[in-house]
Amino acid sequence: MSVMAFIAGINPVAASGAVLVLVGLWGVLSRPNLFKIAVAFSVMETGVNLVILSVGYIRGRTAPILDSAADARSASARMTDPVPQALVLTAIVIGLAVTALMLSYAVRLRTGGGDSSIESYGEEKW
Amino acid sequence: MAIDIAIIVAGAFMVASGIGAIASKSLVVSILLSGGVSLAASVVFLLMGAPDVAMTEAAIGSGLTTVVFLYALARSRQADDEDSNERLEAPASRSGGSK
Amino acid sequence: MMRKVMVTLAIIGFAFALLPLAFRAGVQAEPGALATEYLETAPRELGAANVVTAIVVSYRGFDTLGEVAVLFVATAGVGAMLTRKRLGPAAVGRRKPATEVLRTATGLLTGLIVMFGAYIFMHGHLTPGGGFQGGVVIATAVLLNVLAAPESHLAHGVMTAVEALSGAAYVAIGLLGAFLAWGFLDPRVMPTGSIGSLVSAGTIPLIYSAIGLKVGAELSGIIEALKGDRP
Repeated sequence: MSVMAFIAGINPVAASGAVLVLVGLWGVLSRPNLFKIAVAFSVMETGVNLVILSVGYIRGRTAPILDSAADARSASARMTDPVPQALVLTAIVIGLAVTALMLSYAVRLRTGGGDSSIESYGEEKW
Repeated sequence: MAIDIAIIVAGAFMVASGIGAIASKSLVVSILLSGGVSLAASVVFLLMGAPDVAMTEAAIGSGLTTVVFLYALARSRQADDEDSNERLEAPASRSGGSK
Repeated sequence: MMRKVMVTLAIIGFAFALLPLAFRAGVQAEPGALATEYLETAPRELGAANVVTAIVVSYRGFDTLGEVAVLFVATAGVGAMLTRKRLGPAAVGRRKPATEVLRTATGLLTGLIVMFGAYIFMHGHLTPGGGFQGGVVIATAVLLNVLAAPESHLAHGVMTAVEALSGAAYVAIGLLGAFLAWGFLDPRVMPTGSIGSLVSAGTIPLIYSAIGLKVGAELSGIIEALKGDRP
């Protein structure tokens, strides 16, 4: 029963998003390969999206889309928060473009005779 | 409450495949596992009442991102092959290398 | 060894920062005042059944315009990074031809997938989905064609034209809102109609179709650039 109380007390979306952010951070900090770092960034990005969206999670409410059956006033009392959804929607598309840009830098370094490991660029300080 | 438990199960799946994606030795395996993270995330989005975000995440996160990663990896491997060919051919400077 | 300690410390620090968010914030009981306002007024004012679409296209339309611009810049960056001039002629490899199954399936499916993408972005104000999702579906059709014929290239001029025209259409419809209605990107230039029919919600379907075409062309450009062998 205490497990149930624990689940009711936390926000499950925020919890899984936060753990995913930590997993991605571990990958970004500890892996030397550039492609692995890009994978870790995309895992971290999914986690951040979950954390943002967790603000709009309300138990027992449906998606913010009106169907023709119900009238507008009573339907709005059964819907979740649409604002974080609108923000995350665009963030996901941007995430793909940024990942592609990151990967094209990695490919460019590799085909230019460089190395895929970030350790080889240690001496190039600014 | 049932939805909360389902979200926690999907979250555990996400964390497990995220750890697998970071810890795996093979890059292809880690790319596919990060696609699995996105797929489980889209299930979570659907459960919490965000079908728009779930569609976007399923199409972009687990579809196109995986393809983009695999193309980039193929490009990088291609460069590797040319590199090693040059290294084989250039210093020896023998004519008629097999490849 | 030193690095491992630092990494562990950084992760523990972030965990402490994220812990209250995950375990103490809990779940809200009611949406905030702004969200309630959107939920009540969006169907009445704009005639859009999907409130998320109303926010993305109309209430926060300026955000979305900026986001499309960022997408364009990132695509241009990928294209500039991976030209053959930069990578040298050595980057051209020979590719294995696609199998019979893939080529036949591509011929059968391409039209259907493009039609599905157009369906998704035209019904963005009624059902889940919209310009971004529909654009990705169209890019998937392009990807299928690229896989079936690896030696072929996208018609670059057509892609650029679609992208430029849809971007210009987006801004032009937004400006119409500024002159004929209450502000930039206001969809009430056209009559809002009744909730649930395809021709409703003013210019929201038109704007989302422009976004869908633009996103589809840009993501196809990313795939084409990463595939390589571009002339």
